[in-house]
Amino acid sequence: MSTRLSKGGRLIDRSKSVEFTFDGKRLNGYEGDTLASALLANNQRLVGRSFKYHRPRGIVASGPEEPNALVGLGAGSKFEPNQRATTTELFAGLHSKSQNAWPSLEFDIGGINRIMSRVFPAGFYYKTFIFPRFAWKHIFEPFIRKAAGLGAAPTEKDADKYEYFYAHVDVLIIGGGSSGLAAALEVGRSGAKVLVLEQKNTWGGRAPVDGVVIDNEKSEEWINKALAELESMPNVSLKNRTMGAGVYDHGWATGYESLTDHMPSKVGPRQRLWRIRATRILTTTGAIERPLSFAGNDLPGVMLAGSVRDYIVDFGTSCGDIMVLATNNDDAYRTAIAQCEVGLKVAIILDARSNVTGELPNKARSMGIRVETGMAISKVKGSKGVSGVSICLQAGEGIPIEEIKCDVVAMSGGWSPIVHLWSHCGGKLNWDNDNAMFRPDADRPPLGADGSGFVIVGGSANGYLKADDSIKDAISQGKIVAKQVGFKPIKSKNITVDVEAEAEIEQIWQMPQGMSVKLQAKTFLDYQNDVKVSDVRLAAREGYESVEHTKRYTTLGMATDQGKLSNINGLAILADSLNAEIPNVGTTTFRPPYHPISMGSIAGDARGELFKPIRKSPIHNWIEANGGFFEPVADWRRPYCFQQNDEPVKDAVKREILNTRTNVGLLDASTLGKIIVKGPDAGKFLDMLYTNLMSNLKIGHCRYGLMCTENGFLSDDGVVARLDENTYLCHTTSGGSDRIHAWMEEWLQTEWWDWKVYTANVTEQYAQIAVVGPNSRKLLEKLGGMDVSPEALPFMRFTEGTLGGIKVRPFRISFSGELSYEIAVSASDGQAFWNICMEAGKEFGIQPYGTECLHVMRAEKGFIMIGDETDGTVIPQDLNMQWAISKKKDDFLGKRAHLRSHMSDPSRWKLVGLKTVDPNVIIPDGAYATDGKIRDSGVKNMIGRVTSTYFSPTLNRSIAMGLVEFGPDRMGEIIDFPTLDGKIIKAEICNQVFLDPEGERQNV
Amino acid sequence: MLNLTCPNCGITADETDLHCDGQAHIARSGINANDDELENYLFMRDNPKGVHFERWRHIYGCGKWFNAARCTTTLEVFGTYSAQTFTPPKALINKIKKKRPNWEGFTK
Amino acid sequence: MSSITALNGAFHNGMIEIKDAGLIGMITLRGDLKSEVVAKALNFVLGVTVPDQRKITSTPKGSVAWMSPDELLIIIEYKDVSKVISSLNNILSGSHSLVVDVSDARAVFALTGNAIRDVLSKGTPADLSKDVLPIGEVRRSRIAQLAVAFWFTDEISCQLICFRSVGAYIMEWLKNASENGSEVNFH
Repeated sequence: MSTRLSKGGRLIDRSKSVEFTFDGKRLNGYEGDTLASALLANNQRLVGRSFKYHRPRGIVASGPEEPNALVGLGAGSKFEPNQRATTTELFAGLHSKSQNAWPSLEFDIGGINRIMSRVFPAGFYYKTFIFPRFAWKHIFEPFIRKAAGLGAAPTEKDADKYEYFYAHVDVLIIGGGSSGLAAALEVGRSGAKVLVLEQKNTWGGRAPVDGVVIDNEKSEEWINKALAELESMPNVSLKNRTMGAGVYDHGWATGYESLTDHMPSKVGPRQRLWRIRATRILTTTGAIERPLSFAGNDLPGVMLAGSVRDYIVDFGTSCGDIMVLATNNDDAYRTAIAQCEVGLKVAIILDARSNVTGELPNKARSMGIRVETGMAISKVKGSKGVSGVSICLQAGEGIPIEEIKCDVVAMSGGWSPIVHLWSHCGGKLNWDNDNAMFRPDADRPPLGADGSGFVIVGGSANGYLKADDSIKDAISQGKIVAKQVGFKPIKSKNITVDVEAEAEIEQIWQMPQGMSVKLQAKTFLDYQNDVKVSDVRLAAREGYESVEHTKRYTTLGMATDQGKLSNINGLAILADSLNAEIPNVGTTTFRPPYHPISMGSIAGDARGELFKPIRKSPIHNWIEANGGFFEPVADWRRPYCFQQNDEPVKDAVKREILNTRTNVGLLDASTLGKIIVKGPDAGKFLDMLYTNLMSNLKIGHCRYGLMCTENGFLSDDGVVARLDENTYLCHTTSGGSDRIHAWMEEWLQTEWWDWKVYTANVTEQYAQIAVVGPNSRKLLEKLGGMDVSPEALPFMRFTEGTLGGIKVRPFRISFSGELSYEIAVSASDGQAFWNICMEAGKEFGIQPYGTECLHVMRAEKGFIMIGDETDGTVIPQDLNMQWAISKKKDDFLGKRAHLRSHMSDPSRWKLVGLKTVDPNVIIPDGAYATDGKIRDSGVKNMIGRVTSTYFSPTLNRSIAMGLVEFGPDRMGEIIDFPTLDGKIIKAEICNQVFLDPEGERQNV
Repeated sequence: MLNLTCPNCGITADETDLHCDGQAHIARSGINANDDELENYLFMRDNPKGVHFERWRHIYGCGKWFNAARCTTTLEVFGTYSAQTFTPPKALINKIKKKRPNWEGFTK
Repeated sequence: MSSITALNGAFHNGMIEIKDAGLIGMITLRGDLKSEVVAKALNFVLGVTVPDQRKITSTPKGSVAWMSPDELLIIIEYKDVSKVISSLNNILSGSHSLVVDVSDARAVFALTGNAIRDVLSKGTPADLSKDVLPIGEVRRSRIAQLAVAFWFTDEISCQLICFRSVGAYIMEWLKNASENGSEVNFH
């Protein structure tokens, strides 16, 4: 059993007991524990069930490579599934739950899958998809859906806050172990700006656990001194609890900082996503130990040797009283030695190598530990935990020679450099056969903007696994990086590193080497996805030769740990099955993030109110306070209508239309785009931009214009006013101001850069308030200050002056067909002007109106709306707007495209008005007209569609506009609009101007 | 995440401060273009594996357009230059030729 | 008459102080910044020379910020805008140029505190290191999804401008980013 030792644990504070729960049980740990070390200290070895077979699983590792110990943390709005117990710092009140087990961890019904494991071989899902087809939908899918999945999804909105932080540095160092710190000292002393990230709360990495002596001091002392020196440097920033998550193009990297996870009572954001731009990135990320592949290697109690050592040294926690150690390298002996040093027993060391004479094995022997060479584990015994092992010859097939009682199996298949960050952006690897590992190929680095490598690897991540080599390499890489970013490394005395010598590793990919098929089926490569040696061998037999295909077929390395433990072992088995060399099989691609990061951190502060900016007009707050029912118009919010006394929206719209047509209405038109175009070539420029001729517009006059793209399609419309000889003011649609301003600048900067034109987007400089209706002139006259008579300010003119003491520029333009003034005032005075209009308008029956009223009134007048009558495929000719296309101009944007055969095809659908036969029936928006014929494809032949459709309170009937084949030639004809419920609405083709075709209402 | 230096304001800007608008040096085909020329102008674009010339706008910065010469496979940026030019600067072309001896050169 | 800014006097105090800078006169001047006539115009209205690339130059009467190779932003008292515009137009009348009032098209924030660079770095990809963005240099970039411009007037004071319609959003963003407890201590 695992338990807390009476002494030791360099990271825990035994004076501070911490209570937490696991599956409802109240347990105690110490400050400094991880959830994993605290669970082990409470003899909670069974922590979860595997994904596919629901096998009992225990803690294997002590870091982010942990495949099994995934728990649900917290509750309610703070619940988060799939958190690793090994990286979760313990705090008082921590609430954890095992996953993937039902009804309980100890008795899990899904465990039946284990018995059925013969029917879930590699590629099970793919094979089942194919045959028998019915089985998927009716048998397997419902069953798998119930059993599959990891933790439960949270059901409440995340209560935590998250944020980003953008940092720019010369050098980003990822990994704050002794090698990372040694490199940071080199770069920091050179004067370069450095940011150092360490994923754990503690610095120094494995050196203290492995008893490394640096500069004749215990490594802990050296680490503290290094940290103190780094902290004193103004050019160096240190961030612990921050994982280097991903490396991207041009020196971009992300860091995942945990701020309150270890202390939920702390105020502030829970996590911060660092978005870092670095000239060079130095990764000193260390190495991960590999499991050995022997039968029963997934039972709770089978653990990585280095991790067992971590639990003893760091947390004063024993993983078992009696250990069996299986290894193919010298480093693992440190675990056996540590086990003995705390008074626990090592039953046997099974070293697969035949010749074992290194310093560490000899030390183990001298401590009285039984060391057997050329030996292996045949099989681990036990059901929910290790109870013993049978041992065999490594060279054989696995015939048991002897049974040995134990309660923990420590295993080490050697160490793999953590090359993920090197590989994220394309860094290539070499296979180092002597040391049995992939290591970065410095000649094929990820390339940056300048074409040179921007990631550099140092220390054990670079393949220098021994502490002395690792620190030495990190220092030299630090010097190289400092030079690369333009600084001069300081000459300093060499660091001495004392550590035991290690003999060579031997490549052991399965144990024993000739294991039977039966044993293969009990030997796990990927713990989280339940992929066994037998699965990979089956994939190879079925013809999968590429590792990328095998990965997807078997799901090897596709779980949340992304194969940190399983990749190399799986690859080696595949290579062996294919009788190929490991490097020839290739590696899978490492993609960011290194370790899962929360969705919250990716979203950052863009949630709730900050999710998306909303543009607010100067009248926005008044509208909000006065019954405005908002709708989105591009990024703006505009009132659809103003609701009085809780009236329905429909009634409000009707009231606003009738009031505006009878009395006077007030519209906030501030969102309309306003762009100043000035210069000697401004007229020539606008003649290119608009289909109309604009250069002959008289000063003080307004003209409605259309803009097309180079494809000829309508893009925007609006009124242009000529302010003086060289200056025009172009109005755009509400959604079009930024786009059209960018469009103008694009042509001026990239095509006609010799034309003398300047533009300025002044959309937000002005509030624009439309005073609309028969009483509008009376209202303005009451405000006083300028002459707004038809003589002084005729239709399609503008002028400047003051109204009610406020500086204004009224335009006599109308989108409603009524007598109408659109009045521009400074945005800062917009609310004041609105207020005096509302006040003065009382006696004239003034009411504010919204966008729906605007829409209906323009449709009554047959005016088009960009986005309704146009959809990116409509040209002005389709809308019978030839009158707005100048024939005097040689060229304008879109003119050539209008000549294409499809554009000039007479059968193009053209704009008409539509009057339903039954005036109370409104045709649904977007409905298609049909002619009763059936196309070859079997669908009804469509001859047109509705673009705008409303009930007109003014005419007390339904009105619509639509595009119809040969429409203008078919006036009076009745056509069919089938609806979704199978009915047909009949409508008569008519002129699209339903109200006041002579313009008598507006020209007064 | 690309990092490009805007030649107009001198700022090396993050990709999210910029807007890319495809291939550079496409001459506008005017009213006299035949159908093939129009098709080329409106729709046909190079998609090279290697050296590419692109239009960018420093949209959140100075608002100005510029051109960039970039390798589409390694993302190496050979240089950025004024948008007010019909062809890339000679010096830039020579620099690219040195770095990519097999490059066919600027064709347009 | 009551002219109001988009921020309407908003104020917040967290890691930094955030204040509506009030009504401020702002004029966009587009023209040939290397020409004598632009230099003459600036000298006449503010007594300053044309600022270098990305710089802002100030006198007690106001400031001029370099916004792009053909654009300056002249910052003066709100009440003086019409007067200064007509002076500028008079001097520049013969040359190709554009002078336009944008005072009301912007929201202006006055930020004070030691943590301004840290707070802004939560939203802008621009490098805010003191050596890359020294006092007196204008940076145009984005915060969250919005275009902004900002410059430091001394070690602990910064002016930030954005479009008027999104002033409320930027205010909320700044309040959130400067909440106590979210200190970074990077810059």
